[in-house]
Amino acid sequence: MAQTEAEHEAPLTAVHHLEYAYRRSVGPVLGRFLAALAERRIEGIRTARGRVLVPPAEYDPDTGDANPDDFVTVGPSGTVTSWTWVSKPRAKQPLQHPFAYALVKLDGADTPLLHAVDAIDESRMRTGMRVRPRWRSEPKGEIGDITCFEPEA
Amino acid sequence: MELVKSITTPVVLDYDYITGRAQSRFLRGIAEGRILGQRCVECKRVYVPSRGACPRCAVRTEEEIQVSDKGTVTTFCIVRVPSENLAFNPPYACAAVLLDGANIPFMHVLQECALEDVRMGMRVQAVWVPKDQLGPTMSSIRYFKPIAEPDAEYDTYKEHL
Amino acid sequence: MRDVAIVSFAQSTKARETRNEVEILMPVVQDAVKRSKLPRQEIGFTCSGSSDYLQGQSFAFVGALDAVGAWPPIKESHVEMDGAWALYEAWIKIQTGDVDSALVYSFGKSSPGDLPEILALQLDPYTMTPLWPDANSLAAIQARAFLEATGKSERELAQVVARSRRDALANPYAVVAGEVDVEKLLNEPYVCSPLRAHDLPPITDGASAMVVVAGDRARELCARPVWIRGFDHRIEPLGLGLRDLARSASTEIAAQKAGVHKGVVDFAELHAPYSHQELILRAALGLGEGVVINPSGGALASHPLMAAGLIRIGEAADRIMAGRGNRAVAHATQGPCLQQNLVCVLEGD
Repeated sequence: MAQTEAEHEAPLTAVHHLEYAYRRSVGPVLGRFLAALAERRIEGIRTARGRVLVPPAEYDPDTGDANPDDFVTVGPSGTVTSWTWVSKPRAKQPLQHPFAYALVKLDGADTPLLHAVDAIDESRMRTGMRVRPRWRSEPKGEIGDITCFEPEA
Repeated sequence: MELVKSITTPVVLDYDYITGRAQSRFLRGIAEGRILGQRCVECKRVYVPSRGACPRCAVRTEEEIQVSDKGTVTTFCIVRVPSENLAFNPPYACAAVLLDGANIPFMHVLQECALEDVRMGMRVQAVWVPKDQLGPTMSSIRYFKPIAEPDAEYDTYKEHL
Repeated sequence: MRDVAIVSFAQSTKARETRNEVEILMPVVQDAVKRSKLPRQEIGFTCSGSSDYLQGQSFAFVGALDAVGAWPPIKESHVEMDGAWALYEAWIKIQTGDVDSALVYSFGKSSPGDLPEILALQLDPYTMTPLWPDANSLAAIQARAFLEATGKSERELAQVVARSRRDALANPYAVVAGEVDVEKLLNEPYVCSPLRAHDLPPITDGASAMVVVAGDRARELCARPVWIRGFDHRIEPLGLGLRDLARSASTEIAAQKAGVHKGVVDFAELHAPYSHQELILRAALGLGEGVVINPSGGALASHPLMAAGLIRIGEAADRIMAGRGNRAVAHATQGPCLQQNLVCVLEGD
């Protein structure tokens, strides 16, 4: 039985719900970073050339060399180096009212960290502002142990 | 300080999935208790389920053919490893069924037979849900069960393994 | 180095397709193969670019082979990248002498999922994805860093948008086109400051395909084959904090290695899904004010993710083939905030 264009009906649709959770080994460098977060400390790693990377990385992005075992506590406060405003947060994002995503260069770090800033109003956000972390009440050893950053008074 | 060894990273994503024309026709056929395939105008092969294209000739397939819901087991495996979201309790037989009229086998599950009896060439038939539960979904076919027909000769399905 | 030419190109774009990927792709592949005049059986190698994450199904890309006719069995490969990188792999395979021609295709439906959210999965899974930053927010962070570092203005972004939409009127594949006033654009609200809705790429479903052939065979098949004179791609670190977001260091290197300035550049097709990125790329490629950018309207007019970069190369090739330019630069990008960049220099005979 041949099909003609006229006999075509609208294609069927359905919601495809994809859900999976991976348990990821983090290795010793991130393992230390995350353990420090659980203790409400932020650590970076110092490369052989003296650059403090936050979050710490296993290898120096400039040379490809493995970084020495030289961890440095940074912050807790830092400076916003760039940002944007999220006026309609998505369900999985860190805050469920409007907030900023920002790059935050913690004191003592040479590279900024991506995170959320709970500034309440977009007018409070500006490059160069000072922020400090708001810690999760029950730490889990995850980046989310920093719930977000908030403006320093 | 004890290092963190691992983190769990959940992923949840939703997609508005639109199936193709041929697949929609196939599923609408299933809702009527029919199994539809399509025949390629060039090589004449019949593909089940309908897929809208002949993978050998790279042309659209348009001609619709209804195939039987009876067929031959061309190959199978026994699933023993438990997993989430299984419709059947292991161990069970998962089979490639060459439906009468089709050129490629159709994957499904065998029930109502002892695992040691499952064999290549075994003749089977679809067991559908009750008529009032039919819908445009593969779960309208519950499983395949063996039927009292002599096994198919190897020559009749050796090209379709 | 073997001379390799583009002999045909085809594409399909729509804001929201009701067809599935095979239905979209098959006519595009057929069109490219037919116009190449190369018999399907003579194609030496087939390479595709796409991302399973757009469909939410692992190995989804294998299903697309229904559109291609992989019988008798073919030499085939796939990259989870834009088709521009599939072209690069095909070009390398031709350089090795293993094959003399290739069919390259790419496809993607962006409309079924929440694409800016899906793209959070391409980030560092330990420290970035768990915060689920959407792609538009990250691009906006780059835009602000760029504007503040260079002193360029939001007005200049709006000018990129206005020019792109005007040029897109002549492009039958544009999903967004029209005459629009810069002042009106600037009066629109931010979506993710400093970016407005028109600064973001339009969600587009589509596919593209291209046939490339080595040596004189290209001249037998095509009156005006378009030669690939330079081809290079570079990648920067994944962490946004490790990069200077105000410039594209990888594009600078790729441009130099591809020999962009070994000759006059008549025009460029740059894959800039966000308006500010065109300005970053223009600077990275060293293209002066006189060089026409994105005569097709660019990615702001049509952005079928995974096919859009190959489309830049194809649009440039079509223009050269039509005699509207002799030497052009095409560019493709992948990853957050221009992380990875490919530069392709094209020239007619």
